[in-house]
Amino acid sequence: MERHFQRDLEQLKSNVIKMGSLVEQNLADALEAVLKNDAAIASRVISADGAVNKFEIEIDNGVVDLLALQQPVASDLRLILAIQKINNDLERIGDHAVNIAESAYRLVETPQDEPLLEIPNMAKIAKEMFQQALDAFIHLNAQLAQSVLESDDRIDALNRGMNAQVIKMIKKDQKTLEGGLELLRISRNLERVADLTTNIAEEVIFHTQARIVKHHAVEERAKRS
Amino acid sequence: MAKTDVRMKTEGLNIYYGPKQAIKNVTLDIFTHRVTALIGPSGCGKSTYLRSLNRMNDLIENARVEGQVLLDGVNIYDRQVDVVELRKKVGMIFQKSNPFPKSIFENVAYGPRINGMNDKKKLDEVVERSLKQAALWDEVKDDLGKSGLSLSGGQQQRLCIARALAVDPEILLMDEPASALDPIATAKIEELVYELKNTYTIVIVTHNMQQAARVSDYTGFFYMGELIEFDETKKIFTVPAKKQTEDYITGRFG
Repeated sequence: MERHFQRDLEQLKSNVIKMGSLVEQNLADALEAVLKNDAAIASRVISADGAVNKFEIEIDNGVVDLLALQQPVASDLRLILAIQKINNDLERIGDHAVNIAESAYRLVETPQDEPLLEIPNMAKIAKEMFQQALDAFIHLNAQLAQSVLESDDRIDALNRGMNAQVIKMIKKDQKTLEGGLELLRISRNLERVADLTTNIAEEVIFHTQARIVKHHAVEERAKRS
Repeated sequence: MAKTDVRMKTEGLNIYYGPKQAIKNVTLDIFTHRVTALIGPSGCGKSTYLRSLNRMNDLIENARVEGQVLLDGVNIYDRQVDVVELRKKVGMIFQKSNPFPKSIFENVAYGPRINGMNDKKKLDEVVERSLKQAALWDEVKDDLGKSGLSLSGGQQQRLCIARALAVDPEILLMDEPASALDPIATAKIEELVYELKNTYTIVIVTHNMQQAARVSDYTGFFYMGELIEFDETKKIFTVPAKKQTEDYITGRFG
Protein backbone atom coordinates (compact mmCIF):
# COMPACT_ATOMS: atom_id res chain seq x y z
CA MET A 1 0.00 0.00 0.00
CA GLU A 2 1.49 3.30 -1.03
CA ARG A 3 0.14 6.19 0.95
CA HIS A 4 -0.31 9.63 -0.55
CA PHE A 5 2.20 10.74 2.06
CA GLN A 6 4.90 8.81 0.26
CA ARG A 7 3.96 10.40 -3.04
CA ASP A 8 4.08 13.85 -1.43
CA LEU A 9 7.48 13.06 0.06
CA GLU A 10 8.78 11.87 -3.34
CA GLN A 11 7.46 15.07 -4.88
CA LEU A 12 9.28 17.11 -2.25
CA LYS A 13 12.50 15.22 -2.89
CA SER A 14 12.11 15.70 -6.63
CA ASN A 15 11.69 19.46 -6.11
CA VAL A 16 14.95 19.51 -4.17
CA ILE A 17 16.67 17.70 -7.05
CA LYS A 18 15.25 20.20 -9.56
CA MET A 19 16.36 23.10 -7.39
CA GLY A 20 19.78 21.46 -7.03
CA SER A 21 20.15 21.14 -10.80
CA LEU A 22 19.25 24.78 -11.23
CA VAL A 23 21.82 25.84 -8.62
CA GLU A 24 24.40 23.55 -10.23
CA GLN A 25 23.80 25.26 -13.57
CA ASN A 26 23.99 28.74 -12.03
CA LEU A 27 27.20 27.92 -10.24
CA ALA A 28 28.74 26.48 -13.42
CA ASP A 29 27.63 29.55 -15.42
CA ALA A 30 28.97 31.97 -12.81
CA LEU A 31 32.34 30.27 -12.89
CA GLU A 32 32.32 30.16 -16.67
CA ALA A 33 31.64 33.90 -16.67
CA VAL A 34 34.76 34.37 -14.52
CA LEU A 35 36.97 32.03 -16.53
CA LYS A 36 35.84 33.37 -19.92
CA ASN A 37 35.54 36.98 -18.80
CA ASP A 38 31.99 36.99 -20.14
CA ALA A 39 29.50 39.58 -18.83
CA ALA A 40 26.55 38.11 -20.73
CA ILE A 41 26.81 34.78 -18.95
CA ALA A 42 27.20 36.64 -15.65
CA SER A 43 23.98 38.55 -16.10
CA ARG A 44 22.17 35.32 -17.00
CA VAL A 45 23.10 33.91 -13.58
CA ILE A 46 21.89 37.02 -11.80
CA SER A 47 18.49 36.86 -13.43
CA ALA A 48 18.14 33.09 -12.90
CA ASP A 49 18.33 33.35 -9.11
CA GLY A 50 14.63 34.21 -8.78
CA ALA A 51 13.70 30.68 -9.83
CA VAL A 52 15.95 29.26 -7.08
CA ASN A 53 14.25 31.44 -4.48
CA LYS A 54 10.85 30.31 -5.69
CA PHE A 55 11.86 26.68 -5.20
CA GLU A 56 13.09 27.47 -1.71
CA ILE A 57 9.70 28.79 -0.66
CA GLU A 58 7.83 25.95 -2.30
CA ILE A 59 10.01 23.34 -0.55
CA ASP A 60 9.69 25.17 2.77
CA ASN A 61 5.92 25.01 2.48
CA GLY A 62 6.05 21.35 1.52
CA VAL A 63 8.16 20.56 4.61
CA VAL A 64 5.77 22.41 6.93
CA ASP A 65 2.75 20.66 5.40
CA LEU A 66 4.22 17.18 5.78
CA LEU A 67 5.39 17.81 9.34
CA ALA A 68 2.06 19.28 10.41
CA LEU A 69 -0.25 16.90 8.63
CA GLN A 70 1.54 13.57 8.54
CA GLN A 71 3.63 13.41 11.72
CA PRO A 72 6.41 11.53 9.96
CA VAL A 73 8.75 9.30 11.93
CA ALA A 74 11.99 7.34 11.48
CA SER A 75 13.64 7.57 8.02
CA ASP A 76 10.76 9.68 6.68
CA LEU A 77 11.31 12.19 9.46
CA ARG A 78 15.06 12.22 8.89
CA LEU A 79 14.56 12.75 5.15
CA ILE A 80 12.24 15.70 5.73
CA LEU A 81 14.62 17.25 8.26
CA ALA A 82 17.50 16.72 5.82
CA ILE A 83 15.48 18.30 3.01
CA GLN A 84 14.72 21.34 5.14
CA LYS A 85 18.40 21.98 5.71
CA ILE A 86 19.51 21.10 2.19
CA ASN A 87 16.90 23.53 0.87
CA ASN A 88 18.49 26.28 2.91
CA ASP A 89 22.00 25.28 1.83
CA LEU A 90 21.02 25.23 -1.85
CA GLU A 91 19.46 28.65 -1.65
CA ARG A 92 22.62 30.08 -0.13
CA ILE A 93 24.84 28.37 -2.69
CA GLY A 94 22.60 30.05 -5.27
CA ASP A 95 23.31 33.40 -3.61
CA HIS A 96 27.05 32.73 -3.72
CA ALA A 97 26.76 31.91 -7.42
CA VAL A 98 25.16 35.34 -7.87
CA ASN A 99 27.99 36.96 -5.89
CA ILE A 100 30.52 35.21 -8.12
CA ALA A 101 28.61 36.33 -11.23
CA GLU A 102 28.64 39.92 -9.94
CA SER A 103 32.39 39.71 -9.43
CA ALA A 104 32.73 38.32 -12.98
CA TYR A 105 30.73 41.29 -14.22
CA ARG A 106 33.02 43.74 -12.46
CA LEU A 107 36.13 41.86 -13.55
CA VAL A 108 35.14 42.39 -17.18
CA GLU A 109 35.26 46.13 -16.53
CA THR A 110 38.65 46.24 -14.78
CA PRO A 111 41.43 47.70 -16.93
CA GLN A 112 43.82 44.80 -16.37
CA ASP A 113 43.61 41.17 -17.40
CA GLU A 114 44.74 39.69 -14.11
CA PRO A 115 45.80 36.05 -13.90
CA LEU A 116 43.07 34.04 -12.14
CA LEU A 117 45.62 32.33 -9.86
CA GLU A 118 43.95 29.39 -8.01
CA ILE A 119 40.41 30.25 -9.08
CA PRO A 120 40.18 27.74 -11.97
CA ASN A 121 41.44 25.00 -9.69
CA MET A 122 39.01 25.92 -6.89
CA ALA A 123 36.15 26.19 -9.37
CA LYS A 124 36.81 22.70 -10.64
CA ILE A 125 36.87 21.18 -7.15
CA ALA A 126 33.78 23.11 -5.97
CA LYS A 127 31.78 22.04 -9.01
CA GLU A 128 32.83 18.42 -8.53
CA MET A 129 31.94 18.52 -4.86
CA PHE A 130 28.55 19.98 -5.58
CA GLN A 131 27.80 17.42 -8.26
CA GLN A 132 28.81 14.60 -5.92
CA ALA A 133 26.73 15.96 -3.04
CA LEU A 134 23.68 16.23 -5.27
CA ASP A 135 24.25 12.71 -6.61
CA ALA A 136 24.67 11.46 -3.07
CA PHE A 137 21.29 13.00 -2.21
CA ILE A 138 19.57 11.63 -5.33
CA HIS A 139 20.79 8.08 -4.69
CA LEU A 140 20.97 8.47 -0.90
CA ASN A 141 24.55 7.26 -1.11
CA ALA A 142 26.42 7.87 2.14
CA GLN A 143 29.75 6.73 0.73
CA LEU A 144 29.66 9.36 -1.99
CA ALA A 145 28.63 11.94 0.61
CA GLN A 146 31.63 10.98 2.70
CA SER A 147 34.00 11.71 -0.20
CA VAL A 148 32.54 15.23 -0.46
CA LEU A 149 33.53 15.89 3.15
CA GLU A 150 37.10 14.98 2.33
CA SER A 151 37.36 17.45 -0.56
CA ASP A 152 36.45 20.45 1.58
CA ASP A 153 39.96 20.71 3.03
CA ARG A 154 41.45 21.16 -0.43
CA ILE A 155 39.28 24.20 -1.09
CA ASP A 156 40.11 25.67 2.32
CA ALA A 157 43.83 25.33 1.62
CA LEU A 158 43.56 26.94 -1.82
CA ASN A 159 41.49 29.79 -0.38
CA ARG A 160 44.12 30.51 2.24
CA GLY A 161 46.79 30.42 -0.47
CA MET A 162 44.88 32.98 -2.53
CA ASN A 163 45.36 35.73 0.05
CA ALA A 164 49.12 35.59 -0.18
CA GLN A 165 49.11 35.33 -3.95
CA VAL A 166 46.77 38.30 -4.42
CA ILE A 167 48.77 40.48 -2.00
CA LYS A 168 51.92 39.62 -3.92
CA MET A 169 50.25 40.44 -7.23
CA ILE A 170 48.98 43.84 -6.02
CA LYS A 171 52.34 44.75 -4.51
CA LYS A 172 53.97 44.04 -7.84
CA ASP A 173 51.46 46.01 -9.89
CA GLN A 174 49.04 48.38 -8.16
CA LYS A 175 46.80 48.48 -11.20
CA THR A 176 45.68 44.94 -10.33
CA LEU A 177 44.13 46.19 -7.06
CA GLU A 178 40.49 46.16 -8.19
CA GLY A 179 40.79 42.85 -9.98
CA GLY A 180 42.71 41.34 -7.08
CA LEU A 181 39.95 42.25 -4.65
CA GLU A 182 37.37 40.64 -6.94
CA LEU A 183 39.48 37.47 -7.07
CA LEU A 184 39.54 37.37 -3.27
CA ARG A 185 35.78 37.78 -3.20
CA ILE A 186 35.35 34.92 -5.66
CA SER A 187 37.73 32.76 -3.67
CA ARG A 188 35.82 33.43 -0.45
CA ASN A 189 32.52 32.70 -2.16
CA LEU A 190 33.88 29.41 -3.47
CA GLU A 191 35.06 28.51 0.00
CA ARG A 192 31.53 29.16 1.30
CA VAL A 193 30.04 27.10 -1.55
CA ALA A 194 32.28 24.20 -0.55
CA ASP A 195 31.23 24.55 3.11
CA LEU A 196 27.54 24.55 2.26
CA THR A 197 28.08 21.62 -0.09
CA THR A 198 29.70 19.80 2.81
CA ASN A 199 26.56 20.49 4.86
CA ILE A 200 24.46 18.85 2.17
CA ALA A 201 26.70 15.78 2.26
CA GLU A 202 26.40 15.70 6.05
CA GLU A 203 22.62 15.78 5.78
CA VAL A 204 22.69 12.85 3.36
CA ILE A 205 24.73 10.88 5.89
CA PHE A 206 22.27 11.89 8.63
CA HIS A 207 19.35 10.68 6.59
CA THR A 208 20.83 7.42 5.39
CA GLN A 209 22.74 6.36 8.48
CA ALA A 210 21.10 8.41 11.24
CA ARG A 211 24.62 9.50 12.09
CA ILE A 212 25.49 13.11 12.85
CA VAL A 213 28.90 13.79 11.37
CA LYS A 214 28.97 17.57 11.76
CA HIS A 215 30.83 17.72 15.02
CA HIS A 216 33.25 14.93 14.23
CA ALA A 217 34.15 16.88 11.14
CA VAL A 218 34.68 20.00 13.21
CA GLU A 219 36.88 18.13 15.68
CA GLU A 220 38.85 16.53 12.87
CA ARG A 221 39.45 19.88 11.26
CA ALA A 222 40.38 21.49 14.56
CA LYS A 223 42.98 18.79 15.07
CA ARG A 224 44.48 19.35 11.66
CA SER A 225 44.60 23.14 11.75
CA MET B 1 16.91 9.10 30.22
CA ALA B 2 18.46 7.19 33.08
CA LYS B 3 17.77 3.48 33.24
CA THR B 4 15.76 2.54 36.31
CA ASP B 5 15.25 -0.80 38.05
CA VAL B 6 13.38 -3.56 36.31
CA ARG B 7 10.00 -3.79 38.01
CA MET B 8 8.42 -6.52 35.93
CA LYS B 9 9.95 -8.88 33.48
CA THR B 10 8.68 -11.59 31.20
CA GLU B 11 10.97 -14.44 30.26
CA GLY B 12 10.26 -16.75 27.36
CA LEU B 13 6.57 -15.98 27.60
CA ASN B 14 4.29 -18.08 25.39
CA ILE B 15 0.52 -17.70 25.48
CA TYR B 16 -1.88 -19.99 23.68
CA TYR B 17 -5.60 -19.74 23.06
CA GLY B 18 -6.39 -23.40 22.49
CA PRO B 19 -4.11 -24.50 19.65
CA LYS B 20 -3.39 -20.95 18.51
CA GLN B 21 -0.24 -19.34 19.83
CA ALA B 22 -0.89 -15.65 20.55
CA ILE B 23 2.43 -14.75 22.17
CA LYS B 24 5.72 -16.27 21.06
CA ASN B 25 8.67 -16.41 23.39
CA VAL B 26 8.56 -12.81 24.57
CA THR B 27 11.29 -11.61 26.90
CA LEU B 28 10.87 -8.02 27.99
CA ASP B 29 11.84 -5.77 30.90
CA ILE B 30 9.46 -3.19 32.34
CA PHE B 31 11.29 -0.42 34.12
CA THR B 32 10.05 1.16 37.31
CA HIS B 33 8.55 4.68 37.11
CA ARG B 34 8.65 4.56 33.35
CA VAL B 35 5.92 4.34 30.74
CA THR B 36 6.24 1.37 28.42
CA ALA B 37 4.08 1.44 25.30
CA LEU B 38 3.16 -1.65 23.34
CA ILE B 39 2.34 -1.06 19.69
CA GLY B 40 1.56 -3.24 16.69
CA PRO B 41 -1.24 -4.03 14.26
CA SER B 42 -4.53 -5.58 15.39
CA GLY B 43 -4.12 -9.16 16.45
CA CYS B 44 -0.38 -8.82 17.07
CA GLY B 45 -0.72 -9.96 20.67
CA LYS B 46 -0.07 -6.69 22.47
CA SER B 47 -3.32 -6.78 24.49
CA THR B 48 -2.86 -10.46 25.27
CA TYR B 49 0.60 -9.66 26.52
CA LEU B 50 -0.70 -6.77 28.63
CA ARG B 51 -3.40 -8.94 30.16
CA SER B 52 -0.84 -11.58 31.10
CA LEU B 53 0.82 -9.06 33.40
CA ASN B 54 -1.97 -9.28 35.96
CA ARG B 55 -3.33 -12.66 34.95
CA MET B 56 -6.45 -11.35 33.27
CA ASN B 57 -6.00 -14.19 30.77
CA ASP B 58 -6.89 -16.60 33.57
CA LEU B 59 -10.48 -15.55 32.92
CA ILE B 60 -10.34 -16.72 29.31
CA GLU B 61 -11.17 -20.34 28.69
CA ASN B 62 -8.49 -22.27 26.79
CA ALA B 63 -5.83 -19.68 27.52
CA ARG B 64 -2.54 -21.27 28.53
CA VAL B 65 0.59 -19.48 29.69
CA GLU B 66 4.17 -20.80 29.51
CA GLY B 67 7.30 -19.06 30.65
CA GLN B 68 7.56 -16.53 33.42
CA VAL B 69 6.10 -13.18 34.35
CA LEU B 70 8.20 -11.86 37.18
CA LEU B 71 7.09 -9.09 39.50
CA ASP B 72 9.93 -8.10 41.79
CA GLY B 73 11.53 -11.42 40.96
CA VAL B 74 8.50 -13.60 41.79
CA ASN B 75 6.68 -15.47 39.04
CA ILE B 76 3.08 -14.25 39.24
CA TYR B 77 1.88 -17.57 37.78
CA ASP B 78 3.28 -19.51 40.74
CA ARG B 79 0.63 -21.47 42.56
CA GLN B 80 1.10 -19.66 45.87
CA VAL B 81 0.48 -16.21 44.34
CA ASP B 82 -2.86 -14.72 45.40
CA VAL B 83 -4.44 -13.33 42.24
CA VAL B 84 -6.55 -10.80 44.13
CA GLU B 85 -3.47 -9.43 45.85
CA LEU B 86 -1.65 -9.40 42.50
CA ARG B 87 -4.41 -7.37 40.83
CA LYS B 88 -4.37 -4.91 43.70
CA LYS B 89 -0.72 -4.32 42.97
CA VAL B 90 -1.12 -4.41 39.19
CA GLY B 91 -4.22 -2.43 38.25
CA MET B 92 -5.87 -2.31 34.86
CA ILE B 93 -7.63 0.44 32.95
CA PHE B 94 -9.66 -0.62 29.94
CA GLN B 95 -10.44 0.91 26.59
CA LYS B 96 -14.09 1.42 27.36
CA SER B 97 -14.65 3.25 30.60
CA ASN B 98 -16.85 1.14 32.83
CA PRO B 99 -17.97 3.06 35.90
CA PHE B 100 -20.28 1.20 38.25
CA PRO B 101 -23.88 2.48 38.28
CA LYS B 102 -23.13 4.19 41.57
CA SER B 103 -22.17 7.63 42.75
CA ILE B 104 -18.76 9.10 41.92
CA PHE B 105 -17.78 8.65 45.57
CA GLU B 106 -18.89 5.01 45.68
CA ASN B 107 -17.10 4.21 42.43
CA VAL B 108 -13.80 5.27 43.93
CA ALA B 109 -14.51 3.94 47.42
CA TYR B 110 -15.53 0.54 46.06
CA GLY B 111 -12.09 -1.10 46.07
CA PRO B 112 -10.99 0.18 49.49
CA ARG B 113 -14.36 -0.90 50.92
CA ILE B 114 -13.95 -4.46 49.61
CA ASN B 115 -10.52 -4.44 51.15
CA GLY B 116 -12.14 -3.73 54.50
CA MET B 117 -11.86 0.03 54.81
CA ASN B 118 -15.00 1.29 56.50
CA ASP B 119 -13.84 4.41 58.31
CA LYS B 120 -15.69 7.32 56.67
CA LYS B 121 -12.85 9.77 57.24
CA LYS B 122 -10.29 7.43 55.69
CA LEU B 123 -12.56 6.73 52.74
CA ASP B 124 -13.05 10.46 52.23
CA GLU B 125 -9.29 10.85 52.15
CA VAL B 126 -8.74 8.02 49.67
CA VAL B 127 -11.50 9.27 47.37
CA GLU B 128 -10.15 12.82 47.38
CA ARG B 129 -6.55 11.72 46.86
CA SER B 130 -7.46 9.31 44.05
CA LEU B 131 -9.68 11.82 42.25
CA LYS B 132 -6.93 14.43 42.55
CA GLN B 133 -4.35 12.02 41.15
CA ALA B 134 -6.69 11.25 38.28
CA ALA B 135 -7.07 15.01 37.61
CA LEU B 136 -10.82 14.82 38.11
CA TRP B 137 -11.24 16.28 41.61
CA ASP B 138 -11.75 19.90 40.60
CA GLU B 139 -14.50 18.95 38.16
CA VAL B 140 -16.52 16.75 40.53
CA LYS B 141 -15.67 17.77 44.11
CA ASP B 142 -18.95 19.66 44.62
CA ASP B 143 -21.12 16.76 43.55
CA LEU B 144 -19.59 13.46 44.58
CA GLY B 145 -23.06 11.98 45.03
CA LYS B 146 -23.81 12.28 41.32
CA SER B 147 -23.90 9.06 39.31
CA GLY B 148 -20.60 8.09 37.69
CA LEU B 149 -22.54 7.38 34.53
CA SER B 150 -23.62 11.02 34.25
CA LEU B 151 -20.05 12.13 33.56
CA SER B 152 -18.66 12.74 30.06
CA GLY B 153 -16.63 9.99 28.35
CA GLY B 154 -13.31 11.54 29.27
CA GLN B 155 -14.42 12.12 32.86
CA GLN B 156 -15.66 8.53 33.10
CA GLN B 157 -12.28 7.27 31.99
CA ARG B 158 -10.55 9.41 34.62
CA LEU B 159 -13.05 8.13 37.18
CA CYS B 160 -11.99 4.59 36.28
CA ILE B 161 -8.36 5.62 36.69
CA ALA B 162 -9.21 7.10 40.12
CA ARG B 163 -10.98 3.85 41.00
CA ALA B 164 -7.89 1.87 40.02
CA LEU B 165 -5.63 4.22 42.01
CA ALA B 166 -7.81 3.98 45.14
CA VAL B 167 -6.50 0.50 45.99
CA ASP B 168 -2.89 1.71 45.95
CA PRO B 169 -1.54 -0.20 42.98
CA GLU B 170 2.12 0.00 42.02
CA ILE B 171 1.77 -0.85 38.37
CA LEU B 172 -0.92 0.38 36.00
CA LEU B 173 -1.83 -1.48 32.84
CA MET B 174 -3.76 0.58 30.33
CA ASP B 175 -5.45 -0.99 27.35
CA GLU B 176 -6.19 1.72 24.77
CA PRO B 177 -7.27 4.12 27.53
CA ALA B 178 -7.97 7.04 25.21
CA SER B 179 -9.13 5.43 21.99
CA ALA B 180 -12.77 6.34 22.54
CA LEU B 181 -12.07 9.92 23.60
CA ASP B 182 -11.97 13.24 21.79
CA PRO B 183 -8.61 15.04 21.39
CA ILE B 184 -9.01 17.21 24.49
CA ALA B 185 -10.00 14.30 26.73
CA THR B 186 -7.17 12.30 25.13
CA ALA B 187 -4.68 15.05 25.91
CA LYS B 188 -5.84 15.01 29.55
CA ILE B 189 -5.34 11.25 29.81
CA GLU B 190 -1.90 11.58 28.21
CA GLU B 191 -0.88 14.34 30.63
CA LEU B 192 -2.17 12.19 33.45
CA VAL B 193 -0.06 9.23 32.31
CA TYR B 194 2.94 11.53 32.24
CA GLU B 195 2.23 12.69 35.81
CA LEU B 196 1.39 9.26 37.16
CA LYS B 197 4.68 7.71 36.16
CA ASN B 198 6.35 9.56 39.01
CA THR B 199 4.37 7.34 41.38
CA TYR B 200 3.57 4.27 39.32
CA THR B 201 5.03 2.04 36.66
CA ILE B 202 2.85 2.12 33.57
CA VAL B 203 2.36 -0.19 30.61
CA ILE B 204 0.07 1.12 27.90
CA VAL B 205 -1.27 -0.55 24.80
CA THR B 206 -2.19 1.86 22.06
CA HIS B 207 -3.13 1.82 18.40
CA ASN B 208 -2.21 5.44 18.18
CA MET B 209 1.47 5.56 17.41
CA GLN B 210 1.73 9.27 18.02
CA GLN B 211 0.28 8.67 21.46
CA ALA B 212 2.93 6.02 22.14
CA ALA B 213 5.55 8.52 20.98
CA ARG B 214 4.14 11.29 23.18
CA VAL B 215 3.63 9.45 26.45
CA SER B 216 6.08 6.59 26.66
CA ASP B 217 9.74 6.18 27.59
CA TYR B 218 10.06 2.71 26.09
CA THR B 219 8.24 1.14 23.20
CA GLY B 220 7.82 -2.49 22.22
CA PHE B 221 6.67 -3.36 18.72
CA PHE B 222 4.71 -6.62 18.45
CA TYR B 223 3.95 -8.44 15.24
CA MET B 224 2.21 -11.80 14.93
CA GLY B 225 2.79 -12.63 18.55
CA GLU B 226 6.48 -11.79 18.54
CA LEU B 227 8.24 -8.87 20.11
CA ILE B 228 10.07 -7.54 17.08
CA GLU B 229 11.85 -4.65 18.72
CA PHE B 230 12.02 -3.03 22.14
CA ASP B 231 13.95 0.13 22.87
CA GLU B 232 13.75 3.68 24.10
CA THR B 233 10.77 5.36 22.45
CA LYS B 234 13.01 8.11 21.13
CA LYS B 235 15.07 5.55 19.29
CA ILE B 236 12.10 3.54 17.97
CA PHE B 237 10.59 6.67 16.41
CA THR B 238 13.78 8.13 14.98
CA VAL B 239 16.09 5.23 14.17
CA PRO B 240 14.38 1.87 14.61
CA ALA B 241 16.80 -1.03 14.29
CA LYS B 242 14.44 -3.42 12.52
CA LYS B 243 12.99 -2.92 9.07
CA GLN B 244 9.62 -4.33 10.20
CA THR B 245 9.40 -1.65 12.89
CA GLU B 246 10.32 1.07 10.41
CA ASP B 247 7.73 -0.21 7.92
CA TYR B 248 5.02 -0.29 10.58
CA ILE B 249 5.60 3.12 12.13
CA THR B 250 6.00 4.83 8.76
CA GLY B 251 2.82 3.20 7.48
CA ARG B 252 4.48 1.11 4.79
CA PHE B 253 3.16 -2.10 6.22
CA GLY B 254 1.72 -4.96 4.18
